[in-house]
Amino acid sequence: MTTPVLHSAPRYASHEGMREGISAALGAMLLDSREQNGELLFTVRREAIEDALRLLRDQFQYQQLMDIAGVDYPSRLERFEVVYMLLSVTRNHRIIVKVSTDETSPVPTVTTLWPNAGWLERETYDMYGVLFDGNLDLRRILTDYGFEGHPFRKDFPLTGYQELRYSEEQKRVVYEPVELPQDLRNFDFLSPWEGADYPLAGDEKASPVPPAPHAQPVPEKGGVVDTKNPVTRGAPTVDVPQTTDSPKETGAGAKTDDKAADHVAPGRVSKGTVSGQGDANPDPVETDIDAPGAPEATESRPGRDADDDVDRDNKPESGTGKPGRSGEGEGA
Amino acid sequence: MSVNLTIDQGGAPLGEGIQSYTLNFGPQHPAAHGVLRMVMELDGEVIERIDPHVGLLHRGTEKLIEYKTYLQALPYFDRLDYVSPMCMEHTWVLAIEKLLNLEVPIRAQYLRVLFAELTRIKNHLLNIGSHVMDVGAMTPNLWLFELREDLMNFYERASGARMHAAWFRPGGVHQDVPLKLLADISDWLDTRLPTLFEDAMSLVVDNRIFKQRNVDIAIVSKEDALAWGFSGPMIRAAGIPWDLRKSQPYDVYDRMDFEVPIGTNSDCYDRMMIRVEEVRQSARIMKQCLAEMPEGPIASDDRKIAPPKRGEMKQSMEAMIHHFKLYTEGFHVPAGECYVATESPKGEFGVYVVSDGTNKPYRCKIRPTAFSHLQAMDFMSKGHMLPDATAILGAIDLVLGECDR
Repeated sequence: MTTPVLHSAPRYASHEGMREGISAALGAMLLDSREQNGELLFTVRREAIEDALRLLRDQFQYQQLMDIAGVDYPSRLERFEVVYMLLSVTRNHRIIVKVSTDETSPVPTVTTLWPNAGWLERETYDMYGVLFDGNLDLRRILTDYGFEGHPFRKDFPLTGYQELRYSEEQKRVVYEPVELPQDLRNFDFLSPWEGADYPLAGDEKASPVPPAPHAQPVPEKGGVVDTKNPVTRGAPTVDVPQTTDSPKETGAGAKTDDKAADHVAPGRVSKGTVSGQGDANPDPVETDIDAPGAPEATESRPGRDADDDVDRDNKPESGTGKPGRSGEGEGA
Repeated sequence: MSVNLTIDQGGAPLGEGIQSYTLNFGPQHPAAHGVLRMVMELDGEVIERIDPHVGLLHRGTEKLIEYKTYLQALPYFDRLDYVSPMCMEHTWVLAIEKLLNLEVPIRAQYLRVLFAELTRIKNHLLNIGSHVMDVGAMTPNLWLFELREDLMNFYERASGARMHAAWFRPGGVHQDVPLKLLADISDWLDTRLPTLFEDAMSLVVDNRIFKQRNVDIAIVSKEDALAWGFSGPMIRAAGIPWDLRKSQPYDVYDRMDFEVPIGTNSDCYDRMMIRVEEVRQSARIMKQCLAEMPEGPIASDDRKIAPPKRGEMKQSMEAMIHHFKLYTEGFHVPAGECYVATESPKGEFGVYVVSDGTNKPYRCKIRPTAFSHLQAMDFMSKGHMLPDATAILGAIDLVLGECDR
């Protein structure tokens, strides 16, 4: 794990010996510790988070709690992680401490250690619904007054459930269920060659690969051929190849060419274009259907004033004609 | 000034015939620096309790980022602290580069530091100006806005946008700057900034009224500053020489020679004066950047991360494919997590990214500077007079776009 550091992100004091020292001090409180991407991460038991952080603050000089982040992993038994970012000003070092919890198990508060944990825990509660035992002011903080739900959970839709607008009739802000003219598009960029473990759309029949009728044994690793249980990969082998070599089988020929020529507009060699391809415009073909003429002039419409008072922002009352551009042709 | 203060009678009684009353400061108040609502409990003109209500500008940035690729998430950072956009971007690109372990060419690092410091000046000019205006002085603000306008023009010449630049990119910066721009920035640092800025400051720093409004207001001890998670000018005003550019250098800050001003009294006046000195120090860093900046590439040559040049795309099919893939699918970041914090003009601005190996972050938690500072508003203003609240708020240097995310 000694990849050279190429990036230019903030560089602080080395992790040398820190992981072992802190792990030993945390003892039974510690569940897991690892070093990854140049970060030192500790996972501790949920009930012990306050004691663990107190120990880190008092014995290891992590004086500042910079942030608390919630993370949601819905597939886990305890779906939420609460992540504490600690900073030591005196040792110039950072560590990350985590606990995991679910919707009902409260995490002990750390407002007893750092007063600024109050808002950070409120935010985690607001966004994820993680409860903090002992936080005396666990109100919502970022969402609207009277908001319901915890918006940063993975099962909460990006668009939310409610939208609000100012209602001119009621002279107040009204809440309405979200109505989307177009579904939110979410593209899947997982490559079928790198880890997507589901059949692609339209490709359902392709997987799993069915056994071929005349299976040929394929040599396994080391050149051993198992003739009793042949394994096939890819396309089945076929005894008689199917080809359409003779023109008769394809239907190609002078007859077909004549037929094809029927549908092509009669071309005309003209100057200025690529020779043999005719004009850009096909020759006019005489038909007995009248060509559509120019539209009627809008001024001559009966029963309409030149400047009638049409509210263009709102849908018209029923029976007053088409919505949208109907009022705009007047000045033309 | 008190047009928007609405008085709500009926707080708790405070003894014989005297009632404390509750007062709503904001959410639309010029001194609230945005949409901040503070419910104040007052005893006469003395503040007893402040309950700041934030979140009125909450846009769910972190949730939106989970649905965007790493590159598409970048412009959201401009819109967090919209007074210092490039410093926000800086944290994000450094976090991505840390997860990718991606090397950034040295010229790009210099350009980023140059523009991060330019942004710091830009931020401080606005904060100093609005702080002095909050306590009654109009002129310096107008003068400083003139300088800020110059900086906006530099932004525009580098990135094409006056505010929301989206110019820092994972692996470097978006485009190289023209030589004339560097020359003009250099001229500006030598001529306009010192004269105009020092002129404006000469009106303020020794001004009797300004001092009466700021000295000894909201004194915070070193212990409190640490416990409340202060950072940036707020912690330095408390006398703790803590600057991430010095102690945890990123990009080429370790090559820069600059000083970290600290306060002696930890009051609003110190906070303001630290910002004044930081403008001078930032100008010093910018001059060093301009003097030392080498020629070379401005973005990583890893084509799986940074897009190819336009000219290259006209010749090479592979470059074309790389470009297409980068701007549709984006790049994949290996699974892992990291917390990266930089010294934004307001303090420690951090981002905690969890990647699950796809092209979108699984979780992106943004650490705003204002959250810790604004939370301390209650204990900092306790016992002070109502007009001091604007001075304290001004000295916090608050932008709600960043606080509410």
